Amino acid sequence: MRLHRITALLTRHLYLYRRSFPRLMEIIYWPFVDLVIWGFITLYLAQYKNSLPSFVTFFLGALILWDVLFRAQQGITISFLEEVWSRNLMNLFASPLKPSEFLAATMLLSIGKVVAVSCVTVMAALLFYSFNVFVLGLSLVPFLLNLIVTGWCIGVLTTGLIMRYGQEVEVLAWGLVFLFQPISCVFYPMNVLPPWLQTIAWINPAAHVFEGMRAVITTGTFPGAELAWASGLNAVYLSGLILWFHMMFSVCKDKGLLVRVGE
Amino acid sequence: MAAVVEVQNLTKCFDSFRAVDGISFEIREGEILGLLGPNGAGKTTTIHMLLGVITPSSGAIRMFGLPFERHREVILGQVNFSSTYVSMPQALTVEENLRVVGKLYGLDRIASRIDHIIKRLEMEEFRTKLTRKLSSGQMTRLSLAKAFLTEPKVLFLDEPTGSLDPDIAAKTRALILEMRRSSGMSVLYTSHNMREMEEMSDRIVFLFRGRIIAEGTAKAIKARFGETDLEEVFLKLARGGVPSPL
Repeated sequence: MRLHRITALLTRHLYLYRRSFPRLMEIIYWPFVDLVIWGFITLYLAQYKNSLPSFVTFFLGALILWDVLFRAQQGITISFLEEVWSRNLMNLFASPLKPSEFLAATMLLSIGKVVAVSCVTVMAALLFYSFNVFVLGLSLVPFLLNLIVTGWCIGVLTTGLIMRYGQEVEVLAWGLVFLFQPISCVFYPMNVLPPWLQTIAWINPAAHVFEGMRAVITTGTFPGAELAWASGLNAVYLSGLILWFHMMFSVCKDKGLLVRVGE
Repeated sequence: MAAVVEVQNLTKCFDSFRAVDGISFEIREGEILGLLGPNGAGKTTTIHMLLGVITPSSGAIRMFGLPFERHREVILGQVNFSSTYVSMPQALTVEENLRVVGKLYGLDRIASRIDHIIKRLEMEEFRTKLTRKLSSGQMTRLSLAKAFLTEPKVLFLDEPTGSLDPDIAAKTRALILEMRRSSGMSVLYTSHNMREMEEMSDRIVFLFRGRIIAEGTAKAIKARFGETDLEEVFLKLARGGVPSPL
């Protein structure tokens, strides 16, 4: 893996974001709107806080963390789509660039996006609702990292599918991640799900992150088991999906799809 | 002269369709090889295989004496291409796009190389322009600049002058010839302009339905088909006058 090829891709996207207002809106506008809407719902429901303590922390914390996962996924998939839309894939893959370097660059980009989006949402939550996400403590950090990795997993999966099946499935870039939301137990505990769905949620690393977050809020203890589950599952999924992406890449080269993605 | 590109029995099948059917040829050091053929003859598929973006069904590609699949990274660092069918990021300026390419190939002295190539291709007036605002001729020049920037040993040019006005097209051809002279670069050249093909190519490989049906200098090919004009040869073949195999 060569650093100069990874930084080349990072530079290309930094140039893009520097002068593209709609793309900056993606980082600022949507997370802000999300937070404002859910913030007011939370304030309304907080009137019943006697029946559910720490309601604001549950909801706004969950919302901010979900956005971390969503933006991490988008960081990978949208970066790939930018290359498709500008018919630039051939310039990249007919160069010495390796698929692993491409993925590494998109993962770094997604971290940049997550940091930018988190700044917006954390500041807005503090400003509008006096909610400080860091009340969750330092234990939040490993869970945050796990959410980023889960976002990468979904991003690599989505990108592989778009590369293989083309324009028809481009909509997955925005839609697929929401398939995971119900079983990520973002806004409710896992035990509200029917038993069969709990089994599926159990193998979703994001569900362990959100369960962990709730455990921190309600008991104040560090949920080591949830963190171990989330990390283990993420390690397995990310390794498997990177291998799968390389296989998809080979299939696309074999079928001549790489030069036709987006047509 | 030594062969820098060796292609042996190269075949590409898409399901039951044989896009390229057992072709063999070589490109020698400093040579310009013209790849000629009607639409669907397999020219672009061949170039895509040589660039590693399509995997051959069978056959072998060697460049600089190395098998392509095992030395992809080293080989592609010394190869580049320009095609009218490939674009570049639209929201970046000409200069930014070239800078990204420079980084991608790990070039040194990127800024001075960009200055040099921009001057050579007369791109000064639009070097800070957004790529989406370029005319098709300017876009072609950017694509060529991208290819020349890395000073490749082998260059694949897929209809490089297709959308250029006669003046810029002539300058581009002169530049390609001059770069070949100064650097010993080898070129695989496709074009539908027969006069250009004759002017540029040392040898021509004529593809038809995925097969090589003629190979040699333009003069030898014209003689073989009993024509005085390469365009007449092209029309004869494209309209169904397929000759016996070589």
